[in-house]
Amino acid sequence: MSTVLKSAGRGWREITGNRAFMPSLIVAGFVFSFAAAQFELLDPYVQLILMYVGINIILASSLNLINGYMGEFSVGHAGFMAVGAYTASILTVSVFPGGATFLLFPLAVLAGGLVSALVGLVVAVPSFKTRGDYLAIVTLAFNMIIKSLIENLEAVGGPRGFLGMEKLTTLPWVFFWTVLSVWIIRNLVYSNFGRGVLSIREDEIASDLMSVNTRHVKLIAFVVSSFFAGIAGALFAHLLQYINPRMFDILKSTDILIMVYLGGIGSIAGSIIGATIFTVLLEILRPMGLWRMVLMPLLLVILMIFRPRGIMGLREFRWFVPLHDFLAVRLWRRKKEAADASS
Amino acid sequence: MTYLLQQALNALQLGSIYALIALGYTMVYGILTMINFAHGDLFMVGAFLCFVAATYLKLSFVPSLLLSMAGVALLGVVIEKWAYKPLRQAPRVSAIITALGVGIFLENFTLALCPYPKHIPPLIAHEMWSFGGVSISSLQILIILLSILLMILLDFIVRRTMVGMAMRAISWDKTIVPLMGVPVDRVISITFAIGTSLGGAAGVMYGLAYPVIDPYMGIMVGWKAFISAVVGGIGNIRGAMIGGFILGGVEILVAAFLPSTYRDFVAFAFLLVLLIFRPYGILGKPHPQKV
Amino acid sequence: MPLLESRNLTHYFDGLCAVSDFNLDVEPGEIVGIIGPNGAGKTTVFNLFTGVYRATGGSVLFDGSEIVGRTPSEITSLGIARTFQNIRLFKELSVLDNVRVAHYAQVRYNAIEALLQIGRYRAEEKRVTDRAMDLLAAFRLEDHAEEPAGNLPYGMQRRLEMARALATGPRLLLLDEPAAGMNPNEIVQLMDLIQWIRKSFGLTILLIEHQMRLVMGICERLKVLDFGATIAEGLPRDIQNHPKVLEAYLGEEVSP
Repeated sequence: MSTVLKSAGRGWREITGNRAFMPSLIVAGFVFSFAAAQFELLDPYVQLILMYVGINIILASSLNLINGYMGEFSVGHAGFMAVGAYTASILTVSVFPGGATFLLFPLAVLAGGLVSALVGLVVAVPSFKTRGDYLAIVTLAFNMIIKSLIENLEAVGGPRGFLGMEKLTTLPWVFFWTVLSVWIIRNLVYSNFGRGVLSIREDEIASDLMSVNTRHVKLIAFVVSSFFAGIAGALFAHLLQYINPRMFDILKSTDILIMVYLGGIGSIAGSIIGATIFTVLLEILRPMGLWRMVLMPLLLVILMIFRPRGIMGLREFRWFVPLHDFLAVRLWRRKKEAADASS
Repeated sequence: MTYLLQQALNALQLGSIYALIALGYTMVYGILTMINFAHGDLFMVGAFLCFVAATYLKLSFVPSLLLSMAGVALLGVVIEKWAYKPLRQAPRVSAIITALGVGIFLENFTLALCPYPKHIPPLIAHEMWSFGGVSISSLQILIILLSILLMILLDFIVRRTMVGMAMRAISWDKTIVPLMGVPVDRVISITFAIGTSLGGAAGVMYGLAYPVIDPYMGIMVGWKAFISAVVGGIGNIRGAMIGGFILGGVEILVAAFLPSTYRDFVAFAFLLVLLIFRPYGILGKPHPQKV
Repeated sequence: MPLLESRNLTHYFDGLCAVSDFNLDVEPGEIVGIIGPNGAGKTTVFNLFTGVYRATGGSVLFDGSEIVGRTPSEITSLGIARTFQNIRLFKELSVLDNVRVAHYAQVRYNAIEALLQIGRYRAEEKRVTDRAMDLLAAFRLEDHAEEPAGNLPYGMQRRLEMARALATGPRLLLLDEPAAGMNPNEIVQLMDLIQWIRKSFGLTILLIEHQMRLVMGICERLKVLDFGATIAEGLPRDIQNHPKVLEAYLGEEVSP
């Protein structure tokens, strides 16, 4: 039995260690998502849940960049989501209405992300000086201010909300943006800037003293994180076809926080797992009615007590690590052995 | 002028409620350097316990208040023992997330038990007095005086008693104090009991002063009180009191001169501006990082 | 021209004088030691040199240019690196990443190239990884490259801190009590290591130390601090018998 398991494990490792594994998985996923939406392979309800899972993965992994990898404590992620949602919705409804919307949809989503990133740039500035609890308050205040600002903007419906969006968010689009965001966040993490982000979490002063330009690193992290929160907001708005400021209040931010810490800090795989479990569990428990909202936080508390770092907690699936980084040490050793042998 | 005085009175009422809740945040922070995000929901539980005491047990004001405070204190101690204590050695955010979880649990548990907003029966004989155009109700006097009384009591406990000295010692240095024979666990329990009972008292007063109570009432009030604690300098008890009154004042001022929808906006913008100029709050001190 | 030149460097903490009128010239290639009792202000001097604190007064010239007022990362990029008294590694990062982080300023690709893994990204990553591994090999740490730094035994953590500091490409290395917690045998090895580092990296070294054996063994010049003020300076053997130094360490002599 154990030998079977062992060889299965080895086989699995061989498959996942293959250079073509991730790309082919992505292509297969995209084809499937396209077919599922086009030919109704999946029940529309299941498709809807899958889309929520995707959007939540984008939200969780982008927040994980700040809270998990950088070790800050941002509690206002839904504020960025709101910026993206409103920006994209205004574009598709008011700026270019008409037949071409489905072509312009990716541009509108992109614009939502960019405007949100711009706002993220502003929120990053206080993070230069304050850390921990005080940064938490700054982001909290930011979330409240965004919500309050939208409530006072009659042009976008104020507290009544904004509607008129077509249902442009489809499974292939969600799949595309989810893969893109996870890929880019991973690339950031496994780069020079990503190592800077991690070193800030470990010891900001030491990081600065090791030549890391901490301000620059924080700016990049906040911009990337808020960009994808904005993307998620834009997708969310065009899935629901109706948004109002209360959807993006501190409770929404709390949901995202829970996904991140449930899945595990400092792990993209963790964010994917956390967002999936959170979304799916909420659906499965729907028959429990109000009590499901009692059970969920209870599960979170129990998980935190027994696994304070979440399910994955600083660990990563091997196939998420860029291959060149994964093999770096081995390549160096081989080269050195060759050099030693020849001399 | 009378208008301003009237508003000042309202600010004092709102501010004392914020201050009482802020004290709970600040005390727990001082001793555990942890933000107890469930605190706003304990405030809500206080209001609901008072509702139960007054409606079903037919108790009068003082027993209802005491029952609420005791109930919330007990709940606070139990939460600390079961949910926070196991995480004392864990990364700090884990404890914060746990606190968020406990808060959501309390909200939804209360919601599942009583899905509709409730109304606390009037426990205080309603009387109005007028001084040169400024009217003041018996309830307002009660809230303000009771809050001030509780704060003076707390200040006395923290500054003049052995328990208070132990609290201050633990917040000063967590590694040495246990070696001096201070029973850290018990002091933490007492801190939670006192801090949360103040929140419970605030819940009772809020429930009496404002028409309805609902399970989510603790969220916004809790965040505002938390801001008060930060404005005053988190971890600093007198700072929390000052912060509460400042925030109450700001909110009432905004409501007096601007549409009420701007209230939150201005409150939070105020917080941001203050943090730019005084990053550690009004009475807080920066903690220099040792290299 | 001296590599590091400190003129009347002064620092106050809330009105408390931690360092007063500190003057020091370090010539290229020297090993200079700063000694003094606990709380004499030695580490504060290092913090002022590296930009952790901004000096209340005075100036520090590194290679002729003023560094007071610059951020720590700017100063490090100019060529001053340091280790810490109480080891401050990035504990949860791998040994390799600890050293790669310190290459931050030397990596030549921008954020867009990193996010999309295009352009110079691959080549630069390989270059930095190879350099980091070579450095680890020089410190006999290459076999532990993929372990979390916090799991290493104490002696290796000390070595890794030096490797990490060297990865920033310094010309001046500040060592803050490198021998803390070492036994006499290890101290001898450490002395060899420091000499070797100086030679093979062409460095100038400034170190704080309590271990007289190490200080007397490798420092060419000494500076003695007490209560923030310089009480003596000179060659090691002169310092050893300097009356003020004995007084600072042993207390005032009781006259009979």
